[in-house]
Amino acid sequence: MPADTLSRVFFALADPTRRDMVARLAEGDATVSRLAEPYRMTLQAVYKHLGVLEDAGLVSRPPGPQPRSVRLETDAFNLLDTWIERYRRQAELRYRRLDEVLAAMNEPDRDGAEHGEDHGDGHRG
Amino acid sequence: MAKIMETAIEADRGLPVIRITRDFAATPHQLFRAHTDPALFAQWVGPSVMSTRIEHWDARTGGSWRYLSAHDGAEFGFHGCFHEVRQDRIVQTFTFEGDPDGVALQTLWFEDVGDGYTRLHAQSLVDSFESRDAWLASGMETGVNEGYAKLERMIADGAL
Repeated sequence: MPADTLSRVFFALADPTRRDMVARLAEGDATVSRLAEPYRMTLQAVYKHLGVLEDAGLVSRPPGPQPRSVRLETDAFNLLDTWIERYRRQAELRYRRLDEVLAAMNEPDRDGAEHGEDHGDGHRG
Repeated sequence: MAKIMETAIEADRGLPVIRITRDFAATPHQLFRAHTDPALFAQWVGPSVMSTRIEHWDARTGGSWRYLSAHDGAEFGFHGCFHEVRQDRIVQTFTFEGDPDGVALQTLWFEDVGDGYTRLHAQSLVDSFESRDAWLASGMETGVNEGYAKLERMIADGAL
């Protein structure tokens, strides 16, 4: 997923009304008028929110009998999770290197030469 | 308390924030040192294919830092300020010089969870969702395989 698509996904989900719409669509498809019911806004405003969600690939309105239903596209969420998982793995690798550094701090006979002159004491605390 | 031995991450969907949590077999003071001693910090901050050169480092409240990461002849600069430096908590800014207008506010704190373990909490707040996505997207391909190779060496050496 290109970065600008991910930006659209995050942007779309930054709005509480759109998050609420997504949460409700997770329970099942709904028509626009049904989706609009709980909100104090014009149908036009609801369509605008849906447009943002559609641009981000989070929802679609597949062709079919009128009025068409709005459907949640779960693939978009999986892609988002994939990006976050990759970032998480990178952080994990960084922290495994930190594990190694911390383990070296525990070695009592370490002379500290590798760590610079300030830390000849090897370990404190 | 259950240990978090694998990095846990949360990308807040309502705020441009990334939160990371992980436990280490170390004292809070050791984690503090690993984040504030430049010689120690340089050993783990970057993938081992990158060499990290600390240009400037003053890990005190009101201090600042800058380091360069080099790989295949390309150098990337990073700098920021230490807003608050305490034994249990570090607040600092972070800028990648390739995107000089972008700045993240990083808050780190060290929580003693007992049994010789300390939990690192790292929260990064950026100025837009676009910036956060760029963070999530950046440098993901570097160092995954060589990272695991390094881990195997660490286990073999008894470092883990």
